Amino acid sequence: MAAEASAALPEVAEVYWRPRVTPARLKRRERIWTLYTLAHLIPFIGTAALLMLVEPLAFAVAAICLVHAWIIPALYAQRGANVLLLRLARPGHEEAERVSVGLLGDLVSHDARDLHARTGLVTERGTLGTWVVGPAGAVLVRHRGRRSDCWCVRVADPDMPSGDRIAHLLLALRADEAGFATVANLAFSGATWRVRRRTKRAARPALDVAAKALR
Amino acid sequence: MGRSIPAMSRLIRMDSTGHTTLAEWTAHDAEAIERAVTAFREQLDRGYFGMVSRGEGHAEQVRELPVDADLVIMRLPISGG
Repeated sequence: MAAEASAALPEVAEVYWRPRVTPARLKRRERIWTLYTLAHLIPFIGTAALLMLVEPLAFAVAAICLVHAWIIPALYAQRGANVLLLRLARPGHEEAERVSVGLLGDLVSHDARDLHARTGLVTERGTLGTWVVGPAGAVLVRHRGRRSDCWCVRVADPDMPSGDRIAHLLLALRADEAGFATVANLAFSGATWRVRRRTKRAARPALDVAAKALR
Repeated sequence: MGRSIPAMSRLIRMDSTGHTTLAEWTAHDAEAIERAVTAFREQLDRGYFGMVSRGEGHAEQVRELPVDADLVIMRLPISGG
């Protein structure tokens, strides 16, 4: 019996208005994110500098401007880091969690299994970069590990254990990487160090492994 | 002369229990294959997608049950969060 295979993710059809992600389009979106960040930084830093030049006694207002310049990009980076948040097993569902991790282990290498045991995340080398995949989304580490694009992705079953959630994302990613990035929502794009700083400590080694794989 | 045991293939569905085995078959068991094909189609009708892992880093979505695959995994659709 011949099996019919399909290259593109069927979920892409649900977001027909989005252009399919390509390396060039992704680079353009990254530049837009950089400009967007600068658009927040420059006015506040400029205002702070101007205030200090015109009236040094207005240092308190200048300081507030600088805090805004720091906190707004930090909030965006936090939103990006949240895609790597881990889900705790629901009480009474530990066995389902264990079974799902076993299946996930069958899909990945020994090193990836080890990384998952330590961080709850798996890494996957793709053509766009190296992915760090978690239960609620994935971070695409690019440009020799210096930049991270954070993508929110969900599976339509709130009761699914985290191992299965990761397996869903991993299988979709492996079947059609560009389609996966098209379906997912880009929550943040910026420096990897900014994402790393706001990621839970336990998850940071996964970002480090992904960045190291690109050097 | 030793006889080799045919490899058992499995159709599983990822769900809230971790996963559920829906069917098992061997290449020489036509009835088991038929049951697996039926189970596969039922899952497609319920909105699941069939996936086959093709080694590390590669997976393929299938619309018909690949009888030669060791493991066929049914997954739910994903969407932007």
